[in-house]
Parts: sequence; structure tokens; C-alpha cells
Amino acid sequence: MLQRDYTTSQLDVLEAEAIHIMREVAAEFERPCLLFSGGKDSVVMLRVAEKAFWPAPIPFPLMHVDTGHNFPEVIEFRDKRVAELGVRLVVASVQASIDAGRVVEETGRRASRNRLQTTTLLDAIEENEFDAVFGGARRDEEKARAKERVFSFRDEFGQWDPKNQRPELWNLYNTKIRRGEHIRVFPLSNWTELDVWHYIRREEIEIPSIYFAHRRRVFERDGMLLADSDVVQRGDDEPVFEAVVRYRTVGDMTCTGAVVSNATTVDQIIDEIATTRITERGATRADDRASEAAMEDRKKEGYF
Amino acid sequence: MDILRFATAGSVDDGKSTLIGRLLFDSKAIFEDQLEAVERTSRDRGTGYTDLSLLTDGLRAEREQGITIDVAYRYFATPKRKFIIADTPGHIQYTRNMVTGASTADLAVILIDARKGVLEQSRRHAFLTTLLRVPHLVLAVNKMDLVDYSEARFEEIREEFTAFASKLNATDLTFIPISALHGDNVVSRSENMPWYGGTSLLHHLENVHIASDRNLVDVRFPVQYVIRPHNATNPELHDYRGYAGQIAGGVLKPGDEVLHLPSGLTTTITGIDTFDGPVEEAFPPMSVTLRLADDIDISRGDMICRPNNQPRVAQEIDAMVCWMADGLKLQPRSKLIIKHTTRTARALVRDLHYRLDVNTLHRDESATALSLNEIGRVSLRTTQPLFVDDYARNRLTGGFILIDEATNGTVGAGMIVDAH
Repeated sequence: MLQRDYTTSQLDVLEAEAIHIMREVAAEFERPCLLFSGGKDSVVMLRVAEKAFWPAPIPFPLMHVDTGHNFPEVIEFRDKRVAELGVRLVVASVQASIDAGRVVEETGRRASRNRLQTTTLLDAIEENEFDAVFGGARRDEEKARAKERVFSFRDEFGQWDPKNQRPELWNLYNTKIRRGEHIRVFPLSNWTELDVWHYIRREEIEIPSIYFAHRRRVFERDGMLLADSDVVQRGDDEPVFEAVVRYRTVGDMTCTGAVVSNATTVDQIIDEIATTRITERGATRADDRASEAAMEDRKKEGYF
Repeated sequence: MDILRFATAGSVDDGKSTLIGRLLFDSKAIFEDQLEAVERTSRDRGTGYTDLSLLTDGLRAEREQGITIDVAYRYFATPKRKFIIADTPGHIQYTRNMVTGASTADLAVILIDARKGVLEQSRRHAFLTTLLRVPHLVLAVNKMDLVDYSEARFEEIREEFTAFASKLNATDLTFIPISALHGDNVVSRSENMPWYGGTSLLHHLENVHIASDRNLVDVRFPVQYVIRPHNATNPELHDYRGYAGQIAGGVLKPGDEVLHLPSGLTTTITGIDTFDGPVEEAFPPMSVTLRLADDIDISRGDMICRPNNQPRVAQEIDAMVCWMADGLKLQPRSKLIIKHTTRTARALVRDLHYRLDVNTLHRDESATALSLNEIGRVSLRTTQPLFVDDYARNRLTGGFILIDEATNGTVGAGMIVDAH
């Protein structure tokens, strides 16, 4: 009867689902925003947002939680994309939270602002009265995330209660909240790391330079290569050397490790990931190594 | 490469986690650091073997109590397909989780322990799968190694289950004898069961035809969002008005005559827009933007269809409802919020016709309420007309959720069986 098969490729299915999610938020919430770190997932999310509302501009601002410990290349990239799209950028500063006495800076060699970001993020959500916040998290990233809803309810303290989540059926999302509560929305929930890279290749999306192999001064800690930088406290027993590396994830300089790699193109990155035997967070994120439930505990507090 | 979404049903005892672990492991979707973590935890607990269920049980409480609380989503890919597994737990709150996982599934894998045969829970799994209209069902008869790979035992289970399934309108039913622990018939054909003429489970998952499961006949376009750029500098965009949404049924083409609900007015599609340029046809599950020839007042929650093929415009709806709330009960006179496609209204429960025993399929007409994990046939009246099809015809225009006005919780899922 039908002349053709109407099969849809996996990237088209994932994109259509993400567009549907974004339009649902724009239609049902008063004040959404999109968390944009400049990392590959948020870059992909931004492209999907462009597509969802085209030819109209993206109908919500972007927000970046700036720890002050970011890679300079990523901040530069962030500002360039924001200027190109003409969208509003809200910068929530961890340094400002520290200066205001909202959080206390960690000290010592392993000091990181990773956990402090939660307070800054929640304060900014409250201050701007955001009721829906898009995040680029994927379920394949981490086992606590594998159980999180696409529309993830947060109470007035910004907390996630994994045992009391709203059932999510078909493509029907419950967007009802009271004042002061909000929903975290994850349009890329069903994407894998490889899907993200295949999409970046197909769409020819620009990404920060640190994803590609480059020469960098690094030192080794816990089997990870950390960047030698003013914001990272390094001991005398941690000698600096130069290596050709790239980043698989983009986080703070204090807790994001580089991997040794010669991949200088998206094609080479895809080949590398297709054969790697270590997850992206396992390879490169000290923040997830704190304990078995490190991510779950931070998420309950209101983390990304 | 396309996507197959499948749900797995069965308890830990049936070897479900082992099966998923094997699919993930053999398709290289488990990474060394994940496996090391699982091996370390298994060793610490003295389980004596690598407990692959630790891969899927992600939450602290689950690991501490050795139970699965919630639906977990898992991903793997072969060169042929990307797979999304909705792994639903076998113990607590079973119905709610399985209904959730099955709602988007193209296929369900039900595990049966070859030693135990068809149990009450196997029947429950099969019933829920067919209630949610999962188009393809696989009965994986596991632990064949423990029954000496016996063909007779496999046939016995197949006959018993087939007899039961005939009562359920199960459409595509496939039986595969496997041993998840040893890998028999999971990824490749087993040499231990030469009597089995079918394919391995993975081969079946890779090749089952799902493109025609979507409804490509009845055009249904729930309007999700109206795009109006209001661009004063670009004259082309100044008057642009597009209706954005995800296609729930049928194939749309520019030039097609379409009908708008609730107005009943007809117009013509002048263009189907996407960021990547206009398209010549659009079908499920594409998210697109329609431009129409006439200036009709169209907003979110409206429906675009064909003049000679319309959904029913209904405020009186009969549905099978799965109740998902802890504490709160569904009973006549309950007032709820109903979300159906992109339209949200209020609904009043007019009648509970019966409660269904999901194990025996017995209809209890004396029931006065539905509690957590119970399923029944319910009549609702809505404050606004909804544009509905029977769930059996279209899962997207036949399904709805119910929201409690007091707590904002999602308390029910409904599948429309009749409407007027």
C-alpha cells in the first residue's frame, strides 16, 4: 500500500524528541532558561533550541554557572556563540557566592568549586524566578541519571527526590508546579555520548577547541591528567610535563582530566570513542569518583 | 540506523539483569570502569560472582536494599540499530513501572524461568504489555541450561503461554529458548539447542520490523506551539505564522487539504518547515512546523487532521486507567487534570465500571475505587472537548495522563476505549 518504508534514522528520532520537549517547555512555562556551559552537550542542546523555534529566535535566556575555574577557551567560545545568536546570557558566579558569604571555599590540594556551584545555581534560579531549567545531562552518563525523568521535579529547596518521581508515559509531560518549585528538563536524556558526536558531525556544529588534541602542560593525579594552571593547587610531588591531550568532558580545571589523544577532527574523535573502554565520566571526572553515589548525592542537593 | 525501544519484564530471579548485562557487555556498551566498579562491589559483598544487576541499580537505596525501585533506561547499539532498554523492576510498584516502560516500547521481552514455567507474574507481564499495545512480544524462556536444554520443556511452556495469549490480542509473539548466564541464543545461535530453528534474541531485536507499527494512515497533528517571529526588519518573517508540533499519525504533504479542530474549518498546507529547509512530506515521529493557506484562529491544544478522517471530538471518555498514586484513590466524583496530546483540561470521574484483576483478568464490578497499581475501566467527563482516537488505533491520540490538582502529582495513565 505505502510506497516507502518511512524509517527514521536514530539521530532524527532523537532530534524530533528533543524539539518536542523544548516546545513543550516554551508553551507551558513562564520563565524557562537553558544551562549553557560551552560543553558539547549544551552546544548540541542549543542547536536543537535553534531548530525548535526557527524562524523565531530562541524564546528564553541562557545561563552559565561560572566557577571562575573554567578553561579560558571555553569562556571565549561561550561568548562567541551568545553573540552569534543574539540571546541573553545570565552568568551566575560562584566567586560572587563566595564573596557574599553564601558558600565557603574549600582549601587544600583537592579544593574544587564543583560542589559550591549548587548553591550558586539554586540562588540564580530563585533570583531570576526560573520555573524550568534545561540541562544537557544524558542517562547514559551515570547510573543515578539513568533513573531520572526527562521532566524532573525540584521542590522549593531545589532538591531531587529519586524515590518520589512523577511517572512519565508516552510523550506526555506533567509541567504542573507551585510557585518557588521548578522543573529540570533534559531534552538529551536518550542520547549517548556517540549520538552527541555523530550529531555534531552531521550538523557541523562548532565546539570549543579543547575537545581536540593539543599540546598542554599537565600533571598526573589519581591516574588523571590535570591542567597545570593557577587555579589548580599542585604539590611538589606532582611534576608537570607536556603532553598531547584532549578533553572528553568540559568542567572545572580543578576536577576535569584530559586524555592522551591525537584526535584533531570530529571523525577521529568518533573513531576514538567507538573503541574506548572507559566511560567519559570515569576517565575524566574527579567529582564522580568521590563515592559510589557521588552524583546521586549532589543531584539530591540540587546539582545539575 | 534506526531505534528500537524495548521493555524488559521479569524479576531478578528470572535472570533479567544477567540478560541485560550480557546484551550490554557483548555489544561493548559496558565500559571497563563500570565493570571494575561492579566487580569491586560484588567482591566486597562476597556474592561470589559478578553481579551485573549492580549496573542497572543506580540509586543508593537500591544498592543498600538489593532491590530495584524505578525504571532505568539503558542504551546500546549494534551496527544495525540503536537500542533503548526500559528496564522495569519485578518487585515493588510493578504495574506502575511496567506501564511507564511499556508506554513507549516497540517491543517487550518477558523472561520466564524454564524450571518454573508460566507463572502468575508472567501472565501479568503479558497482560500489561498488550494493554499498552506494545506491538511485538518476545517470550525469552531462560535458564534452559538448567532443564538440560530440553525441547519438550520449551514446547510445553510455549503451548501454555500461547493458550493464555490468545485471550489477550497479543499480535506478534516470538518464543526464544535462552541461557542468559551462558549466552545461549542471546547474541548468537546456541549449539546446545540444535532443535531450535529460530534466531538469537539479539538477531530478532535487530531485525524485527517496526516502521509500520506507527500509524501512517490517520493524519493527526496536535498543535503544540505557534511560531510568530514578529520580525520587523525582515519582511518575509514579518507575517510568518507557523504551527509547530510532533506528528502523531499519518503522512502530511504541502498542498494537502486539512481540517482544523475545534473550528471544523478546512484549509490547505502551503509548506512544511524545518530549520534545515522545507520538506516534501512529514510523518511520525517528525517535529515540524506547518504553514496554512487560510488565516484561521489556531492555538496550542488544537488538532489538524483530514476532512474525511477525523478523530472524535469528545467530552465523555471511556478508558482503561492504571492508577499510580500512593494514598489517593480514584473513585466516582474525583476531580482531576487530564493531559491528552497538547491539550490540558479538567476531568470528572463519572463512573468506575469495574476493577480488573491483572493476574486472573477477572472483572470486579463491585469495586468502588482504584488504589495504587490497580487498573479499571472508567468513564470521565472533561471540561473541554478532546480530539481522541481509540488507543488501539493510535497510542499518541488514545493515551492520556491524570494529574492530581492538590499535589500536582501524575496519578493515572489512561487508554481510551470509547468516546462520544
